Amino acid sequence: MSSNVTTAGDQPVYNTKVVKQFAIMTVVWGIVGMLVGVIIAAELVWPDINFNLPWFHFGRLRPLHTNAVIFAFGGCALFTSVYHVVQRTCQTTLFGGPLAAFTFWGWQAIIVAAAITLPLGMTSSKEYAELEWPIDIAITVVWVAFAVVFFGTIMKRTTKHIYVANWFFGAFILTIAVLHLGNSAAIPVTATKSYSAYAGTIDAMVQWWYGHNAVGFFLTAGFLGMMYYFVPKQAGRPVYSYRLSIVHFWALIAVYIWAGPHHLMYSALPDWAQSLGMVMSLILLAPSWGGMINGMMTLSGAWHKLRNDPTLRFLVVSLSFYGMSTFEGPMMSIKTVNALSHNTDWTIGHVHSGALGWVAMVSIGMLYNLIPVLYKRNRMYSISLINLHFWMSTIGTVLYIASMWVNGIAQGLMWRALNTDGTLTYSFAEAIEASYPGYYVRLLGGVIFLGGMLIMAYNVWRTIRGDEQEQEDVAAQVQTA
Amino acid sequence: MDQGTLQGIGTILTMIAFLGICWWAYSGRKKKDFDEASQLPFADEQNEREDSQTKDNER
Repeated sequence: MSSNVTTAGDQPVYNTKVVKQFAIMTVVWGIVGMLVGVIIAAELVWPDINFNLPWFHFGRLRPLHTNAVIFAFGGCALFTSVYHVVQRTCQTTLFGGPLAAFTFWGWQAIIVAAAITLPLGMTSSKEYAELEWPIDIAITVVWVAFAVVFFGTIMKRTTKHIYVANWFFGAFILTIAVLHLGNSAAIPVTATKSYSAYAGTIDAMVQWWYGHNAVGFFLTAGFLGMMYYFVPKQAGRPVYSYRLSIVHFWALIAVYIWAGPHHLMYSALPDWAQSLGMVMSLILLAPSWGGMINGMMTLSGAWHKLRNDPTLRFLVVSLSFYGMSTFEGPMMSIKTVNALSHNTDWTIGHVHSGALGWVAMVSIGMLYNLIPVLYKRNRMYSISLINLHFWMSTIGTVLYIASMWVNGIAQGLMWRALNTDGTLTYSFAEAIEASYPGYYVRLLGGVIFLGGMLIMAYNVWRTIRGDEQEQEDVAAQVQTA
Repeated sequence: MDQGTLQGIGTILTMIAFLGICWWAYSGRKKKDFDEASQLPFADEQNEREDSQTKDNER
């Protein structure tokens, strides 16, 4: 097909260029972000390896790691699937012409700006929103362009219905815009320094309203949209229950927004707000598991496909980790559990069971499904390398979260242990000393996970080059669209 | 009206909204629409298949 006109039965001309660009950068930023993660994990084991360089210090690299994996890796993965899925399920090309390309280059420029400013120590010191105000404004501009492209494409769809994945994407784009604008309100002092518009406890509450909903709408709703397209696609069958997916959508977005206070247990936040956060977090288990079950049951009657399809295994295991961490989260929101887990490594473990197990693994599954489609290949270059990557990701994640459970519970118990006369049984340094074995295991898990990402990069590169390990003729399958 | 009454009304309204969504999603009226919508991930494949069929016919 060469014309841009879509008639019935014809395949529309998709904008695959921007999808390809974002897909490649997902791989690149995944490696960069996780490499920084490995470096800071090593710095916790061997504090001296920051070589007394301020810009190589844990305190500056840690926000670089979180921003790189969430917004560079996760962000590119979301752009990739949003642009791909909205075109395919709406059977039309992207709305807005060059706007899509603008979002690509704009987003990359923001990532580069973050990679420069954060190690230099320029920060608003708001967790997951550290970037200073000029970059915040750039994010707003790119995000509005993203919203125009997405909702414009929905409006000019040639299909009757809006597929459920697009509902999740729409909620993700809209809510992130609101969160970003609300939380980033600040008073600039110089070009590189600003102060939050909020003060004290209100600042903390706004921060975690933003922080938790960045988890809820960026790392959950967005990736659930991905799941609702790529699990059925890879399994070759429609989602288990479309009705459940609708109830899942409305319940999830209605409840998530209230869960933020669970980050501020036993703080100056009023008790009723803490309790509200706890109760809403507990309720959140229901829609979370509804979505997980819906994804998993899509394979009902086709479980055998898991045996020889490692891409599908990535997607299904990501759902298992999603189910696990959305059980763990509500549990940790219970005030008495939070009294033990707060500020310990348990929290870090919980985040990574979501980040590595759910977000990264569902994105990896998405890429393995998508790269052959985008580059019109039969399949990925090597299925056995996907399988190897799958096991490295799984083992890396399990090592990471298990070591942080052990560390977190040990730290929580040591910090609260009292002698009979009411003095502390352990000094803080003793709790750190007890954490060292866990720090080694975490570093090992991270290195293994990063190794898997490098294998994926090689596999992707060979696929794009058109190579195929031990497989028959490709040409017959290649189609010109 | 005190705060407790307001919270009670809020809870009931939320419950009604949730039950309404469930009722709407599970009503038989929407079944056909949902069945169609659930096939959308495969819309591009159908077109590709038709494309390759027409190409085969032309050959």
